[in-house]
Amino acid sequence: MTVLDSAVPGGDISGMWDRHRFDMKLVNPANKRRFELIVVGTGLAGASAAATCAELGYKVKSFCLQDSPRRAHSIAAQGGINAATNYANDGDSVHRLFYDTVKGGDYRSREANVHRLAEVSVNIIDQAAAQGVPFAREYGGSLTTRSFGGAQVSRTFYARGQTGQQLLLGAYSALMRQVGAGSVDLYPRREMLDLVLVNGQARGIIVRNLVTGEIERHAADAVLLCTGGYGRIFYLSTNAVNCNVTAAWRAHKRGAFFANPCYTQIHPTCIPVSGEHQSKLTLMSESLRNDGRVWVPKKQGDTRKPNDIPEGERDYYLERRYPAFGNLVPRDVASRAAKKACDEGNGVGATGLAVYLDFRDAIKRLGKAGVAEKYGNLFDMYARITAENPYETPMRIYPASHYAMGGLWVDYNLMTTIPGLFALGEANFSDHGANRLGASALMQGLADGYFVAPYTVGNYLWGTDLGGKVTTDHDAFAEAENAAKEKTAKLLAIKGKRSALDFHRQLGKVVWNKSGMARNEAGLKEAIEEIPKIREEFWENVSVPGSGDTLNQGLVEASRLADFLELGELLARDALNRDESCGAHFREEHVTEDGEAKRDDANFSYAAAWEWHDESKPQTLHKEPLEFKYVKQTQRSYK
Amino acid sequence: MSELNLKLRIWRQKDSNSPGGLVDYTLNGVSTHSSFLEMLDQLNRQLIDAGEEGIEFDSDCREGICGMCGLVINGVAHGPVNTTTCQLHMREFVDGETLTIEPWRAGPFPVLKDLVVDRGSFDRIIAAGGYVSVATGAAPDANAIPVPKDKASEAMDSAACIGCGACVAACPNASASLFTGAKIAHLAALPQGEPERGRRAANMVNKMDEEGFGNCSNHGECEAVCPKEIPISVIAKMKREWLRSIFTST
Ligand SMILES: Cc1cc2nc3c(=O)[nH]c(=O)nc-3n(C[C@H](O)[C@H](O)[C@H](O)COP(=O)(O)OP(=O)(O)OC[C@H]3O[C@@H](n4cnc5c(N)ncnc54)[C@H](O)[C@@H]3O)c2cc1C
Ligand code: FES
Repeated sequence: MTVLDSAVPGGDISGMWDRHRFDMKLVNPANKRRFELIVVGTGLAGASAAATCAELGYKVKSFCLQDSPRRAHSIAAQGGINAATNYANDGDSVHRLFYDTVKGGDYRSREANVHRLAEVSVNIIDQAAAQGVPFAREYGGSLTTRSFGGAQVSRTFYARGQTGQQLLLGAYSALMRQVGAGSVDLYPRREMLDLVLVNGQARGIIVRNLVTGEIERHAADAVLLCTGGYGRIFYLSTNAVNCNVTAAWRAHKRGAFFANPCYTQIHPTCIPVSGEHQSKLTLMSESLRNDGRVWVPKKQGDTRKPNDIPEGERDYYLERRYPAFGNLVPRDVASRAAKKACDEGNGVGATGLAVYLDFRDAIKRLGKAGVAEKYGNLFDMYARITAENPYETPMRIYPASHYAMGGLWVDYNLMTTIPGLFALGEANFSDHGANRLGASALMQGLADGYFVAPYTVGNYLWGTDLGGKVTTDHDAFAEAENAAKEKTAKLLAIKGKRSALDFHRQLGKVVWNKSGMARNEAGLKEAIEEIPKIREEFWENVSVPGSGDTLNQGLVEASRLADFLELGELLARDALNRDESCGAHFREEHVTEDGEAKRDDANFSYAAAWEWHDESKPQTLHKEPLEFKYVKQTQRSYK
Repeated sequence: MSELNLKLRIWRQKDSNSPGGLVDYTLNGVSTHSSFLEMLDQLNRQLIDAGEEGIEFDSDCREGICGMCGLVINGVAHGPVNTTTCQLHMREFVDGETLTIEPWRAGPFPVLKDLVVDRGSFDRIIAAGGYVSVATGAAPDANAIPVPKDKASEAMDSAACIGCGACVAACPNASASLFTGAKIAHLAALPQGEPERGRRAANMVNKMDEEGFGNCSNHGECEAVCPKEIPISVIAKMKREWLRSIFTST
């Protein structure tokens, strides 16, 4: 087992990034034009990276699955984006944002990366405002903030309930400016199927043109993966239906280590599952917990209507168990508490897998109009989906898969274990440790794309012997193209009896039940047995009608599912290996007296990075030891 | 929860060069809690399990924000309720109903297959000027330029456009004026958009014409189907900005 080198520069953490930038090699403008970059993904991370690299003078090719870069999944983020501007003058600072993020991640992230994130957070807001992102404002014209996700300072910037949309449209506009200027070539409706390595360096990708089915080769001097998270491994999740792990997974199979796959975030406030027809779950913004009160009936199996249950017969379990934070405890804590209430038989609704989020008292206090002003669009969305009126009857909510903290292992420069392959945004594992705090994914995606990768990639290009230009005639491209074609042909030839969707749902149930919000040794071992069986049946019995030379969503789903079926096993093995609880990773064997996640710092203060060998044997584990010099490791308490 | 049995007439087309036509399907046992797209998922599962090709349609977020989905349902873009196709639920329909499902129809949105169209022309309109030219790192402090609250709010109203293209599909002239006007109005409301105001309006409007979209003749169909309630007044703003660009540039 190798100990991974995180390439964190020496010296004090504050000023580290500035010093590192100063030490990096500068590429002169004429030389930049000689370098070509491939950026896969056009979410916050990809769009900002592609635009910035093009502005700096590199030639960029930008790829995405959707018909337009503007539709990347980042568009769906609602709540907001953190930044340590201290505009609210309430004592926020770079150090506090750094501290909160490390603590929120339950001491399983890399301090140097998190500190840099907090430092550049301020520049993100400046950049977005200059692009015309219509952030919420005060009457005096300055930007306004709110507190979010249990933070004790007000550092979250927002644009109504559509912060992700507005930030993405800002990054997209910067990208389209470069497209207009001819410095970025756009390749929409393309799915990356493989990474091409020459002399051990990332030098290109193989993509499938989703419209024509054509398998294309693209060469470059470096490749940036900005392909989002793998939350859809659970099948039902708040992620968009096209979210997938394929690009990251295929890179993993070419040598990029995959880190902490077991760190998956289950968001506490989603609209519950209503039936088998469901394709995804809808998030109800966390901000609702600022005014809504969470409860279940004290009596098990109580079938009365919620409004008929008197006050004394309600269990406001978050307020009872966490008097200091109450309904505002972090996501992992709130999710597990909801699960516990339902497991004990106090859940509500037709399935018993839901708890109430009640605005009765808020309406009494603020009036219906007051509540509508704050949450009107969310209430409307809830009503549209459930056909219930949340002003009159409490919302029903339940946790759902939402975000992947795990991802491709990257060093301080955001480079994976493959030289020349970088991973940005949700696709990497870097900044959130074992649990991400609200409003920090948007921050990380844009930090990586606008302010980090454009410099570190340049440093790599200029400081590395690339051995000259590689063209797509190289044998490595032919090999990867053939492998992709064979895989497609194989899927089409099975002609089995079950749709990929059906298999996906089956996989999702196993992952949810055995590797979901709470895990234990026995269950994880079952998952490790069951998932390969599903995979085996999939490769014998999946039905993919139609052909490979046209739009074929069934084929696309099957191809993505093949990767999820492999990741599912690794996720369970990682969770089994991590014989402690931390953040969102909750092992039932390791709980404090209060029932909270109990870490084992002596044995598990490391990032687990898995190396792929081949289909015949499981991945092996490498460790990156995590040191906490600036934030002391303590037991998180939200009592 | 109740269930519906439906007759579906769905547009099928092999690719942009082949002629298409409506094909009849029967689908039983559709939950009224399903979304419209989940109803189509159910049909596709039925088709695929039987070894037949599924119907191609676009979707992604399925919560009304990415703008990827869009179908003409019984002759109306996004169907009978003022929302996106993905947020339309089957409880809006009755048992035994016949539903006709077609793609967006407009010259500049060629059909790629079945219900999927190419909206690349929208991206090209944005690339022609739908941005503020500010390179990364060149931004002043975010609070250096105050923006009055009502101006920020006005900008946000237009910036809410999701680029789904329902406005084009609904317009008898296949005009993209609501879409283009929304972006011009968004940036014109903000001081950050001021320096490039004239160029932006001229270039975007020219691009729109070049892509083959028709002119606006005030039918108002676009506003009626817009799932984000972008008001038709953005078109007036666009025309004003465009005229202004002519008078100020010469
Ligand atoms: C409902 C919801 C609400 C959220 N709200 C918030 C919030 O309020 N605040 C916050 O900070 N975070 C929030 N998050 C999290 C945050 O939105 C995401 O983590 C973040 O936007 C991810 O950005 P990204 O650029 O890494 O990836 P994405 O935006 O997911 O983009 C991925 C890109 O990669 C492309 N792609 C993927 N696979 C391939 C492939 N194989 N080939 C080619 N292209 C590919 C896609 O087309 C897309 O362009 C929310 C998430 C959800 C689901
Ligand atoms: S699928 Fe995103 S708006 Fe409908």
